[in-house]
Amino acid sequence: MNALVKEPAILWTDVGAVTDVPRRGARRVPSPRGDIAIFRTGDGAVFALMDKCPHKGGPLSQGIVHGQSVTCPLHGRVIDLATGEGTGADKGHGCAPVVPLEVVDGRLMLGMVGG
Amino acid sequence: MTQQASKQRLVVIGNGMAGCRVVEDILKRDPGRYEITIFGAEPRVNYNRIMLSPVLAGEKAFDDIVINDEAWYRDNAITLHSGRAVTAIDRASKTVTAQGGLVVPYDRLILASGSDPVRLPLPGADLAGVVTFRDLDDVDQMVAAADAGGAAVVIGGGLLGLEAAYGLAKRGMKATVVHLMDVLMERQLDSAAGFLLTEALAQRGVETVLSAQSEAILGEDGRVSGLKLSDGRVLPCSILVMAVGIRPNTALAKASGIGVARGVVVDDQMRTDDPDIYAVGECAEHRGVAYGLVAPIWDMCKTLAAALTGDDASAYGGSMLSTRLKVSGVDVFSAGAFAGGEGCEDIVFRDAGRGVYKRVVLENGKVAGAVLFGDAADGGWYFDLMRQGADVSGIRETLIFGQAITEGLSGLDPSAAVAAMSDDQEVCGCNGVCKGQITGAITAQGLTTLDAVRGVTKASASCGSCTPLVEKLLKLTLGDGFQVQTGPAPMCKCTSHTHDVVRRAILDGGLKSMPAIHQALEWTTPDGCASCRPALNYYLICAWPGDYQDDKQSRFINERVHANIQKDGTYSVVPRMWGGMTTPDELRAIADVADKFAIPAVKVTGGQRIDLLGVKKDDLPAVWADLNAAGMVSGHAYAKGLRTVKTCVGSDWCRFGTQDSTGLGMRLEKFMWGSWTPAKVKLAVSGCPRNCAEATCKDVGVICVDSGYEIHVGGAAGLHIRGTEILTKVATEEEAMWTICALVQLYREEGWYLERIYKWMDRVGLDSIKAALADPEDRRALYDRFAYSQRFSRIDPWAERVAGRHTEEFNPLSRRLEFEPA
Repeated sequence: MNALVKEPAILWTDVGAVTDVPRRGARRVPSPRGDIAIFRTGDGAVFALMDKCPHKGGPLSQGIVHGQSVTCPLHGRVIDLATGEGTGADKGHGCAPVVPLEVVDGRLMLGMVGG
Repeated sequence: MTQQASKQRLVVIGNGMAGCRVVEDILKRDPGRYEITIFGAEPRVNYNRIMLSPVLAGEKAFDDIVINDEAWYRDNAITLHSGRAVTAIDRASKTVTAQGGLVVPYDRLILASGSDPVRLPLPGADLAGVVTFRDLDDVDQMVAAADAGGAAVVIGGGLLGLEAAYGLAKRGMKATVVHLMDVLMERQLDSAAGFLLTEALAQRGVETVLSAQSEAILGEDGRVSGLKLSDGRVLPCSILVMAVGIRPNTALAKASGIGVARGVVVDDQMRTDDPDIYAVGECAEHRGVAYGLVAPIWDMCKTLAAALTGDDASAYGGSMLSTRLKVSGVDVFSAGAFAGGEGCEDIVFRDAGRGVYKRVVLENGKVAGAVLFGDAADGGWYFDLMRQGADVSGIRETLIFGQAITEGLSGLDPSAAVAAMSDDQEVCGCNGVCKGQITGAITAQGLTTLDAVRGVTKASASCGSCTPLVEKLLKLTLGDGFQVQTGPAPMCKCTSHTHDVVRRAILDGGLKSMPAIHQALEWTTPDGCASCRPALNYYLICAWPGDYQDDKQSRFINERVHANIQKDGTYSVVPRMWGGMTTPDELRAIADVADKFAIPAVKVTGGQRIDLLGVKKDDLPAVWADLNAAGMVSGHAYAKGLRTVKTCVGSDWCRFGTQDSTGLGMRLEKFMWGSWTPAKVKLAVSGCPRNCAEATCKDVGVICVDSGYEIHVGGAAGLHIRGTEILTKVATEEEAMWTICALVQLYREEGWYLERIYKWMDRVGLDSIKAALADPEDRRALYDRFAYSQRFSRIDPWAERVAGRHTEEFNPLSRRLEFEPA
């Protein structure tokens, strides 16, 4: 097992190296509640969201990553990677839940709960 | 003498920057307090290690970088044991033992042993000529190698590695930096600044190899002869510098039982877990951080000196970091974080003429980070604002222009600020135009538009960055008489330039990468947006076929995975059927694939082929493998490129057919498939004017007649319904091929990204298209450019993926997690 307990109830799970995610790109991690999308910006920052656009459930991991946003591949909704919410005119129409993500020694650690 | 005896004994292990600095600080505060002994492993007086780079580059001599000469030690009654490493600390008897058995007692002990350069455990790492870049001995070895000439390789594209490479290049070597990451100094720079740095270094004789994994160091007769990379490349060299980082030197502390993590662990007074032993500098670890830059080390020394001279309140709270690169003529500054987060905002300024790129990141109204390239004069100012946590919302408009302008205009609203400018203040830096000249011209010559001002004064006619200022002057001078012009729209919010300007600049300026365009045309974002990136990617492919490396991350998902995303996140797969013709074998293979992968829907498309709908992303490569095995390739049903060539059965079967429309359609498709275009391109060839292939609502259509081939252009049957216009009529199939390829090439070169052929035709006019194709030589040149480009385009992307290219695109990052996201 490569899950380690950091806080009560949250299991930090190693899902891969930061460099496994292409710059300005994303990768998917399947989970019991659906895919999780892990994004890496041009600046190298990483974010994790549930891979479902708040608009019509499009897979955000398949969109174009620009600045700190991703454009959903289905209808072009622009989602802020830090909050999972729409930006600009798309704001206030739901959000893609944020998944806790930490980087430890270049590894991506997703925050999970037992279930 | 009795007073001397009452002095406390202070021993410092380390005669480097930290060790001596803390002694200096103590002497400044309380010169008589301690009897001081310093041990140094290097056989020298104290010198400024960060200035080794200029020494290597031959810009300074060793004497220039000495901080404290022998007289300083003498005058301050400091005992220096240089060239003598301390081998043990006896904490019980409070003594240190040095090489040669010298034992010195202490009341207080400071560890300032610095750090060791990391040596990669590569095969051949012990060969002669493999050095690190840490002390003067390393520099001497590099200088000796440079004197013999030849090539040098530096592993590590961080600050130190680049300075080493620059120094070696300056001394006449062919220097190459090998860097594991895809951006130089990736911890300090964003990709835009990293790109500019790569270019600037190339101009100074330093080549860069990015994303390169070193595999082995090659040698001859015990001496380094080259570096082998994991992709098989060999870089020959007579000296190899490893500059891949530093490791705090903690061996002595560890052997003495002092608490050590990455460095020697200290509290806010720089005290280790032994109350009489302290640590400062690169060997220390404070709140989990071991620093490798000089500024935090000075802060630590100050705190420690205070603590050792009776100021118990002094505490070190950690440091924010800033970095400057010491390469002559390359001004680089970086501080703080620029990777963004919630509430972050970028302000970007570029000046292509001066090679300047500035980016300041604001977070909740405060400066969170800054990257400056080409003009780093304001680095210190941004760093101060950042450290103070100052609210900069009030100066946001001028912040990026630096301290002088911001403070000059402080308290004024932008219009008032413009009004307050004196007449001799320069507005347009490119053309040297002052405010008075502009307002003078507006009044004297009755100018009312920006273009008129540009025409008369040249203000804002070059880089355009002063355009808002010139507009404000117009408004100010004319009052309500000024109306903002509406010209062709800019490409996107990242730039004020139109598609046409950008495309022309790519060709005229020889711009061959996205960062090069961003800088030359002064993009206002660090790396573009979701609209300009796919457009620029296409413009670059079109301008530099075979030369430009396609940027996968700038492609819409359908083009990235060669299939069409559907509403449920599955994909549809359409194999090519040349001219709409298929065979029983192909149909069987399609049926088998549909069964094998449980594909839920199979549909005949409007483009005379078959669509497999509902394919899971993970299955795509396997589906393609099976279709490839049956001889089918991608139908590019997802592409801004050539889609289908629809045909009727023509003279082969039809009693009305006048020409072999099926044959021409197949020939066109086999020549043109894989080509990228501004928007999708659909063709059709009908064998007679009855037009069963519906050629007159296609982007390009051919109607065969007895006497030849009518070529039609500009139809559409989607959002808009449009019949085609006749472009020309030709006599032979050969001429039809040439004309159509020349036409499509013209569209490829002139069309704006996402602009269909009929819209392009509306914009430029059919007559202009006819004129461009009228001359046989022009037509031939267009055809040749198309044919050349096709040499790099007629490649089946499915087969490449089946062969393992970019497998990460299709595989999940990790196996399915057992737990739920928190």
